[in-house]
Amino acid sequence: MQSSSHAAEGALPVPRLAGHFASLEVQNHAARLGMWLFLATEILLFAGLFICYGVYRFLFPEAWAAASRSLDLTMGTVNTVVLITSSLTAALAVHYAKEGKNKMVAVQIALTLLMAVGFLVIKYFEYHHKFEIGTLPGRFYSYEGIQLPGVPMYFTVYFCSTALHGLHVVIGMVVLAFSMVRALTKADFGPNNYTMVELGSMYWHLVDLVWIFLFPMLYLV
Amino acid sequence: MTPSSSIAAPGATPAPEEHHDHHPSYLVDGTTIKSWLLTVDHKRIGLMFLFWVLLFFLVGGIFALLIRVELLTPGPTIMDAMTYNRTFTLHGLVMIFLFMIPAIPAVFGNFLLPLMLGAKDVAFPRLNLLSLYIYLGGAFIALWGMLNGGLDTGWTFYTPYSAHTTTTVAPVLFGAFIIGFSSIVTGINFIVTCHTMRAPGITWFKMPLFVWAIYATSCIQVLATPVIGLLLCLVTVENLFGFGMFDPARGGDPVLFQHLFWFYSHPAVYIMVLPAFGVMSEVVATYSRKNIFGYRAVAYSSLGIAFVGFFAWGHHMFVSGQSTFTGGLFGVLTMLVGVFTAIKVFNWVGTVYKGAVDFRTPFAYFCGFLFFTVFGGMTGIALGTVSLDVAWHDTYFVVAHFHFIMVGATIMAFLAALHYWFPKMFGRTYHEGWGLVSAALIILGFNATFIPQFLLGNNGMPRRYYEYPERFQALNVASTAGASLLAFGFIIIAMYLTYALVYGKASGKNPWRSKGYEWVSESPPPTHNFVGPQPVFPEEPHFYVDPKKAEVPDAV
Repeated sequence: MQSSSHAAEGALPVPRLAGHFASLEVQNHAARLGMWLFLATEILLFAGLFICYGVYRFLFPEAWAAASRSLDLTMGTVNTVVLITSSLTAALAVHYAKEGKNKMVAVQIALTLLMAVGFLVIKYFEYHHKFEIGTLPGRFYSYEGIQLPGVPMYFTVYFCSTALHGLHVVIGMVVLAFSMVRALTKADFGPNNYTMVELGSMYWHLVDLVWIFLFPMLYLV
Repeated sequence: MTPSSSIAAPGATPAPEEHHDHHPSYLVDGTTIKSWLLTVDHKRIGLMFLFWVLLFFLVGGIFALLIRVELLTPGPTIMDAMTYNRTFTLHGLVMIFLFMIPAIPAVFGNFLLPLMLGAKDVAFPRLNLLSLYIYLGGAFIALWGMLNGGLDTGWTFYTPYSAHTTTTVAPVLFGAFIIGFSSIVTGINFIVTCHTMRAPGITWFKMPLFVWAIYATSCIQVLATPVIGLLLCLVTVENLFGFGMFDPARGGDPVLFQHLFWFYSHPAVYIMVLPAFGVMSEVVATYSRKNIFGYRAVAYSSLGIAFVGFFAWGHHMFVSGQSTFTGGLFGVLTMLVGVFTAIKVFNWVGTVYKGAVDFRTPFAYFCGFLFFTVFGGMTGIALGTVSLDVAWHDTYFVVAHFHFIMVGATIMAFLAALHYWFPKMFGRTYHEGWGLVSAALIILGFNATFIPQFLLGNNGMPRRYYEYPERFQALNVASTAGASLLAFGFIIIAMYLTYALVYGKASGKNPWRSKGYEWVSESPPPTHNFVGPQPVFPEEPHFYVDPKKAEVPDAV
């Protein structure tokens, strides 16, 4: 029925309604609901790792306390601050998208991406240090510093969860970069059409949220 | 059909000027290969899933027959032990991940969900197409691994063995992980469709029961699949790099693997049978010409099974060293599934009671289904009892049980769905006589295959062994004979359905005079499902006024 191709030539932000939806409201509702469900599956993905963490921490309490103290708390804290701040700018991007200020959307997302890169750089230094002292998982483990059963398992869990989180950071960056390009080239975000920014930002909040769990679990216990 | 209708614009959407009276069906609206491979039409995606699912069913079936031939004699028959291990792993993997899990939701769910909700498509059509290609990508990665070295762990990938075996664990597990992604995407799509795409007038409690079943299934898919996704990744890196997460030699805990594995894989059973229950609710109402007895109870029990199914995984681990209390608890929670299933069974029987039964092929499958569900379910209750399970653990009794409930019930429903909705999908009818003959063959063959296995298991024959003592031979021969009967039945179905596809008589809009919502549109439906304005559905689904007075359609 309704055509999905929009006719207006860039004059006003024209929301696009796909032919099979009853109204724009329903379409946005569907997109948001789908994203929430997807984020739920992402949390469940990490939940599997949290269970592994919980079980091995229960089995090797001393080893976990000792091994977690060997992490660099300063770097972890800085990273937490960087990531939480980037979540703020991601939220601001949605705010500006709703107002149709496409330039500001791009600026805010660019700031978010900058902080994401910062996060990854700090993570790189942390990883690099671990590679040097040999706390790699499994058969690459050669660290002699802490002699307790279960310490290698701590680093396995550490690497698995931070690597999976890092992967999500990269995916989130791609998603956000996509809507940044969209804001710059098409400039069609506005009061009726901000779902893309909103969903990208929701994904970024997930990345942030997972880290909020990982940080105390790995660094602070 | 009418060839004049295919003006066929290159895309899947019809050109807007096609507003004269005739709307081409989705089958002929665009005939290029591209218009199929890049379609976003849920009906075409459903058909493509049907093609692949059937192909993988054939692969899995051939390997099942190879297993049965190997077990024909006590010693080695046609293969060595390692080949046998790879064969049953491939059989299990292909059947579970590539056939049973996607079969009904991806084929019939895709095809029917929007039709049953009065919608033009699912909520995310492009994502829907993506799920097909994710599924195929995962399938080919996994099969590539199976063919280049194979996998000998069994489909359960138990650690620590899967961490150490030199067979190709990594690609197969990675393939299974990707297929899981497809399952999640489909699940999300269906849930959102149920929430946002219902036509005016279709409230939650006016949704057809098949939709309820698919909704409950999707909830399980979304909640359980990520966990096994993570687990498969962990085992993959464990196998490749020796991470040692589940390897006791490195301080890991293999029982943790089992917990995480069965947290998905037990609910996965309900991913397979819940849609089957949904199909049967539709079939039984249509052919009894009665409103389904206890609609709400059937709808709620789907959600009940989905919920309770998450708390039953420990019954796979009665002998893994968990405490007696835990074992008992999981036993009781397992039996709760039986309560919810019994609600459905009684409601189906109540629906048939005093109905004007029109005994057609799908109804024949319903009868077989009822037997397999009750028999398979009752043996499940028996296996849920810790003391009995300790005796039957890892014997053929378990194999027979899960084939009865998972395979028996799902195959019955799959075939019932295929026959029941065949006119809907293709606008043609098949030969009823051949349908009934093959149904009889399949139900008989299935019983002949797996009832001997119950006896074998009870006598102590372990599963996964390729040699056995002399005294088990008679029953194994019986089982193999049953399997050939089963295969024969499938060949007949393939033949007459292919024939019907090309030469079958036109079925008309609603050959079964069903009151199901999906029959409101044409058969086969046009591209956007409904011609004209969005339909409204004033009556509840399965609304038959009086079965005795209702007109029974003529034999086709």
